[in-house]
Amino acid sequence: MSTVNYSRRLLPALLVLVIFCVVVPSAHAARPAEFVENDVWEQMMRFLSLRDQGVRLVLGGSLLLGIGCGVLGSFMVVRKLALAGDALAHGVLPGVVLGFLWNLTKDPLHLFVGAVISGMLSMAVVTVLKRTTKLKQDAILGIVLSGFFAIGTCLLTMGFGLEAGHKAGLDHFMFGQAAALDHLDIQAMSWVTGVSLVIVALLYPKFLLLSFDQAFASSLGLPVRFLHQLMMLLLTFSVVVALQAVGVVLVSAMLVTPAASAYLLTKRFHIMLVWAAGFGMLSGAVGALLSFLGSGLPTGPLMVLSASAIFTIVFCFSPQQGIVIKHFRHVNRQRRVVLENLLKAVYHASERDAHTSDGMTLLDLAKVKRQTLDTIQQDVGGLVRRGLATLSHDGDVLYLTDAGMSRAAQLVRNHRLWELYLTNAADYAADHVHDDAERIEHILGEATVRDLERRLDFPSVDPHGSPIPALSAKS
Amino acid sequence: MLENLQSLIPPLDWQQVVVDPWSNSQWVESMWVTGMGVMVAWACGLVGCFLILRRMAMVGDAVSHTILPGLVIAFLVSGSRSGWVMFVGAVVAGVFTIWLIELVHSRSLIKQDAAIGICFSALFALGVLLVSRYADKVDLDQDCVLYGEIGQIYWSPSVAGVPEPAFSMAIILVLVVLLLAAFYRRLTVTTFDPGLARSLGISTARYHYGLMTVLALVVVAAFKAVGAVMVVAMLIVPGSTAYLLAKRLPTMLGLTLVHGLVSSVIGFHLGQWLNCSTGAAMVTAGVGLFFLTWLATRITRLVQRHASRHHHDAMDNDHTTFTRPKGSEPDPHPVRGATR
Repeated sequence: MSTVNYSRRLLPALLVLVIFCVVVPSAHAARPAEFVENDVWEQMMRFLSLRDQGVRLVLGGSLLLGIGCGVLGSFMVVRKLALAGDALAHGVLPGVVLGFLWNLTKDPLHLFVGAVISGMLSMAVVTVLKRTTKLKQDAILGIVLSGFFAIGTCLLTMGFGLEAGHKAGLDHFMFGQAAALDHLDIQAMSWVTGVSLVIVALLYPKFLLLSFDQAFASSLGLPVRFLHQLMMLLLTFSVVVALQAVGVVLVSAMLVTPAASAYLLTKRFHIMLVWAAGFGMLSGAVGALLSFLGSGLPTGPLMVLSASAIFTIVFCFSPQQGIVIKHFRHVNRQRRVVLENLLKAVYHASERDAHTSDGMTLLDLAKVKRQTLDTIQQDVGGLVRRGLATLSHDGDVLYLTDAGMSRAAQLVRNHRLWELYLTNAADYAADHVHDDAERIEHILGEATVRDLERRLDFPSVDPHGSPIPALSAKS
Repeated sequence: MLENLQSLIPPLDWQQVVVDPWSNSQWVESMWVTGMGVMVAWACGLVGCFLILRRMAMVGDAVSHTILPGLVIAFLVSGSRSGWVMFVGAVVAGVFTIWLIELVHSRSLIKQDAAIGICFSALFALGVLLVSRYADKVDLDQDCVLYGEIGQIYWSPSVAGVPEPAFSMAIILVLVVLLLAAFYRRLTVTTFDPGLARSLGISTARYHYGLMTVLALVVVAAFKAVGAVMVVAMLIVPGSTAYLLAKRLPTMLGLTLVHGLVSSVIGFHLGQWLNCSTGAAMVTAGVGLFFLTWLATRITRLVQRHASRHHHDAMDNDHTTFTRPKGSEPDPHPVRGATR
């Protein structure tokens, strides 16, 4: 329950913040595109200081689109509807063009109404085709995506017969130009984003249930179809908001990429929403900044590339799932296993002569492990660095320290307890248990070991008759 | 208001739209445009059939977008505009996309659909950026990327009297048909029953990547004609239309060819009439055909269901066929239509 309350408080707060940032800068101002290009640093300072109205408009627009796309995109990603977002994004094109051609101005209201109608129509077509044909989801999405896009392109290129001034307005729908946003656009964008965020906040528990367990939601009597349609409507809203800055072709990336990055960072959905909105805003702002610096570059690709850069970083370095982090964790674990096996070898050797000798030559160790002396010397170096062993002066004999000895005893204990457990409880043959124990000895935790011991009634020998070292071996 | 929209749609003048393009000297140009459309639709459609059956339609979408950075980077690296370099760049980009999607999908919790969305949009964004940065050097521009230039095909440089894009498209089409004929059975097995294919000793991975390579080849040849997004339609719409009607693969492939031919011819004239991008018009015609086919199957279904209902009613009223053995009790819960 607390998570729900948290998000309920959080979303409107973010929303108020954004709208405050955006609506405050008013009045008409020169657009960034009209500025003369100066030194890059100067331009950057100009952007970051927010002196110009135009810059504020662009930044406000990108933040709004980032937050809307991030939040709605998160739902799409967890519902496995990422590509439906893509189809929807292309599906709004005919409506947008018709809205533009209605009276040949970029009136936000007409664009908005047109886009919403044609976006919802595209989703309806997907639903109908899925219900009435044997076509699979991916083919249906492909048909709707490219079909609506083609119809939109037909209309658009018909519109190219118009005067050049109007053509410019149409061009920006494809790859986006944040600099073309004006005050009216921003106002419309903040209204639309605000309304959708409020609806998401109010219906959050229901949307959550719909996203993660649709069958359960409908068994509770929730109007699942209605909620789904509502979510699609809100998705269309965020697509429309992003449209002028990112463009039709790449809007879907702003839905999917920030949300997927957030997905890799957390297991809790409300935290994912916050991350996704944050990543969305960040990539929007960075994209706007880059497009401001390099004059004339379309904003959409830059925003998408920023989002992809964020995704790449998260994909590699996410604490839980980052592949680089996972790789290092894996390497570390393997290294630990190698060293621990070495400890065990020394322990076994000393066990054979009843713990009378207090050291083992590296040559013996190499023979036992069937490895070259070089490899053994390297690995022993690792043991010494970790304070688990010391070497004699000439470097020939290895002595375990107390810590090393106790770790080795612990490992052997784990190993033999596990063997005993497998033979007693799981009915394994005594000659089949070694390999399994060899793997698990490195990862058994203290609690598990105690539990095993209790279940096995504090045994003293393993199935092969070797003694299980007592805990006192630590001392 | 509405007049704006109406003024955009010219009156349908039969003479101007249908007769003129095929008379006088214009017929050569019309023939090349329509022929190119047919070739694109055939090559894409044949490959697309297998994409549909393998549920990889959206992978086709991804590859058709990521060809773009491949083309631009191949050009920027080699500095040559020759066809071979472009093909190599495109194939590398296509296979790289597949690899990247599988990397993201298999190395993290991200599902395949989101992985597709992330990878292709990132690469496509890179491509668009490079195109807008180096537009003057690469003979691609944003309009070409979006709408294609099939309408201008006649004016492109020619090879042996054939416009260059049509020349390479024809080669690709022949290649696709030959490969399909050569590997038809194995491709079919790996498509419909990968398990059986593996047990027969056929490497499914090899056919997967082989199909992806052919896909990249087809897409790069079609790309300049119809643009990145509408290549997807060329890939998927003909096959899907055929899929609605066909129950067997050969029928499906045949109907795909029919769809490609009809939609290109209709699309060409649609483009003439509405004065819009020819590629978009061809795709629109194709989608229109798909819609009509869908409508036809729905109507047939409804009519059949209606007819069969009447049939069953007649059966139920015909008591002579359900005589009860003498002395037995009547069934307390007769089930209507149980004889079905």
